[in-house]
Amino acid sequence: MSVDHATVRKIASLARIAVSDAEVEAMVPELNAILGFVEQLGEVDTSSVQPMTAVIPNTLRLREDVVSDGNIRDAVLANAPAPEHGFFGVPKVIE
Amino acid sequence: MSNYRIQGATGEWEVVIGLEVHAQVVSNSKLFSGAATAFGAEPNTQVSLVDAAMPGMLPVPNMECIRQAVRTGLAINAEINRWSRFDRKNYFYADLPQGYQISQLYHPLVGEGEILIDADEKAGIMEAKRIGVERIHVEQDAGKLMHDQHPTMSYVDLNRCGVALMEIVSRPDMRSPAEAGAYVRKLRALLRYVGSCDGNMEEGSMRADVNVSVRRPGEEFGTRTETKNVNSVRFVMATIEHEANRQVDVLEAGGKIVQETRLFDPDSGTTRSMRSKEDAHDYRYFPDPDLLPLELTEEFVEACRFSLPELPDAKRARYVELLGISQYNADVLTAEVETARWFEKVLDAGAEAKQAANWVMSDLFGALNRLGKTIIESPVSPEQAAELLALVADGTLSGTLSKQVFEIMLETGDHPGKIVEERGLKQTSDTGAIEAVIAEILAKNPGQLEQYRSGKEALFGFFVGQTMKAMAGKANPQVVNELLKKALAN
Amino acid sequence: MTHITDLGVAAIRDGFRAGHFSAREVADAFNANVAAAGALNAFIVETPDHAIAAAEQADRDRAEGNLKPLSGVPIGMKDLFATKGVQTTAASHILEGFTPQYESTVSAKLWGAGAGMLGKLNLDQFAMGSSNETSYFGNVISPWRRPGDSAPLAPGGSSGGSSAAIAARLCPAATGTDTGGSIRQPAAFTGISGIKPTYGRCSRWGIVAFASSLDQAGPMANDVRDCAIMLENMAGFDPKDSTSLDLAVPNWEALLSGDLTGKKIGIPKEYRVDGMPAEIDALWEQGIQWLKDAGAEIVNVSLPHTKYALAAYYIVAPAEASSNLARYDGVRYGLRELPDGAGLQDMYAATRAAGFGAEVKRRIMIGTYVLSAGFYDAYYTQAQKVRTLIARDFDLAFQQCDLLLTPTAPSAAFALGEKSADPLAMYLNDVFTVPTSLAGLPAMSVPAGLDAQGLPLGLQIIGRALDEQGVLNAGLAIEERAGFTARAGKWW
Repeated sequence: MSVDHATVRKIASLARIAVSDAEVEAMVPELNAILGFVEQLGEVDTSSVQPMTAVIPNTLRLREDVVSDGNIRDAVLANAPAPEHGFFGVPKVIE
Repeated sequence: MSNYRIQGATGEWEVVIGLEVHAQVVSNSKLFSGAATAFGAEPNTQVSLVDAAMPGMLPVPNMECIRQAVRTGLAINAEINRWSRFDRKNYFYADLPQGYQISQLYHPLVGEGEILIDADEKAGIMEAKRIGVERIHVEQDAGKLMHDQHPTMSYVDLNRCGVALMEIVSRPDMRSPAEAGAYVRKLRALLRYVGSCDGNMEEGSMRADVNVSVRRPGEEFGTRTETKNVNSVRFVMATIEHEANRQVDVLEAGGKIVQETRLFDPDSGTTRSMRSKEDAHDYRYFPDPDLLPLELTEEFVEACRFSLPELPDAKRARYVELLGISQYNADVLTAEVETARWFEKVLDAGAEAKQAANWVMSDLFGALNRLGKTIIESPVSPEQAAELLALVADGTLSGTLSKQVFEIMLETGDHPGKIVEERGLKQTSDTGAIEAVIAEILAKNPGQLEQYRSGKEALFGFFVGQTMKAMAGKANPQVVNELLKKALAN
Repeated sequence: MTHITDLGVAAIRDGFRAGHFSAREVADAFNANVAAAGALNAFIVETPDHAIAAAEQADRDRAEGNLKPLSGVPIGMKDLFATKGVQTTAASHILEGFTPQYESTVSAKLWGAGAGMLGKLNLDQFAMGSSNETSYFGNVISPWRRPGDSAPLAPGGSSGGSSAAIAARLCPAATGTDTGGSIRQPAAFTGISGIKPTYGRCSRWGIVAFASSLDQAGPMANDVRDCAIMLENMAGFDPKDSTSLDLAVPNWEALLSGDLTGKKIGIPKEYRVDGMPAEIDALWEQGIQWLKDAGAEIVNVSLPHTKYALAAYYIVAPAEASSNLARYDGVRYGLRELPDGAGLQDMYAATRAAGFGAEVKRRIMIGTYVLSAGFYDAYYTQAQKVRTLIARDFDLAFQQCDLLLTPTAPSAAFALGEKSADPLAMYLNDVFTVPTSLAGLPAMSVPAGLDAQGLPLGLQIIGRALDEQGVLNAGLAIEERAGFTARAGKWW
């Protein structure tokens, strides 16, 4: 499988990264080289193999249902580019 | 089966409905963080660094949320998957700090189950029907955007972000708005019985995505649309009604239905397309590498099963079969968990079931209706009600007196015993006192007495009335009857 | 007398305890080295005050007889660990100016153990790179040079600030993180030691995530003992990380032993790759002899899926990264680019275009692509299946041996700019380190010799899950026999 300019633009849009024409131009061969390289995985017969789920055998721990966090609005907003009256401000969203 | 059909210009159409209900799990803290879940807090105060997706923050799942989803699954006879996984659903939006929602796509916690909706002939549901539930999975809620606080900005509040939701996905088994309404009502009742969700649709703790398609009866499913976040039973039904008719109009005009996301507008009762240009939604689901597979032990699932209360269908059957309560009364008393719980407390306090059922259905519901209160807001407690019923059963209060006492209870919140005592409302069975009054009445009304004795027996009621009136309603009517008969016969 | 900054962790700790010097003297000496080494660009932020405060506390603690495991020892902190009140950037523009209100678990443990912080170390942006050329804050320059050649060399990556700083004696030890070799390869390039412990030993809480199923913190230091000391103070169960292992931390230092009697060392034949320099082959052979000399038995083993490891890695790691880095969106912290009239989605695209470097974008693009509709199974699921096979290879090999010995990297340090134009050539640098990361196993690099140009080469020891002790002991056996004392001549 290989990507063309339109696909690169589509991926960039999905990833929310603005790309210039020149960047798209450069990315097409780069991504194709990498995709061409990883293509070799297709050779491996994995028909009887389960995908890896936990790299080291371990089970998911569940925590108790207690309120142990929160009430730290200042810390939450400390690095905000546009804090507004206790909210995060973003450009107006029109739904 | 439903016989609901839309009569189009070219013939009949059948509606096919599936619902994805998002139910907020009752828990103190969020699904993956220790921040609180309470409704209505100051903006961004119930937010942890995990919820705000600060760099390097990691999710740790809340056992209670898992437990509640498992209990809900058990309540609808679903399979509980001992092995499940969390997946990331990737998309960008301001209410989604991580840039992905942690959900379950590939291996949900709960598999196939079903919900029974009852026959309701008035609503066109001719017989009880099983609606399949495909799955229940657990996922994070998003935050909230406010658009009307600033001319050029929207404000983001993350208090709700990360609160646990159960997504309960039905099979496309419903065929009319009424069936969908009954399904949502029954599901809500079940969730409240189980205690896994408060079912409060106004506060958004339960909302439905409504999938609707139409087809010619017996044909293949048509293309469906999904109307998002519908937040009342009435709106769910209105959405289906409108959407089905819209689709029929489109199809009959030679058009095609586009698979799309729509929005219900409660003001106009119509739906509209949410994004004309759907950015080819590609959520790039993959297993969340921050979380290991969720493996449940048999003990955990059994403990969940053991903790379930008696559920409405079983309870209703027991009321009818063991307690002798009428089918109708049992339907009403078990429909909502609060009602059943209240009613059973009355029984626990010693009341007889049929008497208590009748009283709750008529006296209590009548009063609550008048006062505009729900059963949990009832000014009279179940224990007080049981006491009142006991006073009737042992003859202390007549029917009339009991209604009088109940009114005073509603006003003052006092115990019936105290009211009876203080206001002297106790019914008397003192034969001596009643005999004395009867003698007086007979003496005062010689004309009526003579007429009665000469055969006009209908006058018996007159003597009863006079006696009761003279005793201010407190005489035991049965005793009055007996003594009067004796006195009149002399 | 040797200068304080020539000492390692154990020597500083012990000398401080013995009263040979104060912690303040140690901090001052390293602060001075850091301040004088701007040419290496190893630090993004220098924090001399932090080091001094910890030193003064250590001096007070010593006076009160209240010594902690790392009292008196100042260290460098890779700028991937969130440090409360100190800018944390992951070497990216998008996090420039970001000041965490929290401390990562690993750094908190180190401070709790008495260590002080000399500064935040430069790295490849978001730990993506093998040469430290992707940092927004400029390349890190290795203190090593080829003889008679002032061409700047790569310190390795992504923990290149850490490796350069230790090799140049700017700090006696530093934290690193390893996703596909980011501790081991820079250690090999700069003649120091570094260990990636078993996945789950060190908490990932508060470490800027690259690829969650692979990321693992570990120490880098001058020698094996120092790595053991550091690791003891970094590892441990953390309930805030669901993948953290709930196990006690062994006394790795106390149990160090270079005697490998009874141990079987496996030599995987698939690591003899085409085009590998003969001197690396020779060094590997030398390593085998050293381990025999230490009492070990050598066995040949096979890890048949090794050749697919890089391909699997370059699907899994970018896929996870594409999702992990979605949070850098200009809403809650970090850079926000808001062109005139931009809506929310435009703001995202502009912010991320301006905030991420080319390599980060490349990996996000690859990751986004392999997860996208229609490709997920062919790429991601297949890669995770191959990962299972790679882990199984190791399991089978460890039925025949206790440890594996391989080269750490297929070459010595290369010059900056030499490989940066060809991403794929750069990725091939990780060919020996990536399989262990995919299997979550502990592995370390120890310096073993110099190549013909006088540049350091490392050998890698790989152990069974949780057998950091075995890895450290074999590392020590090599260290004792290699007698590696070469140092980069000071030119900065």
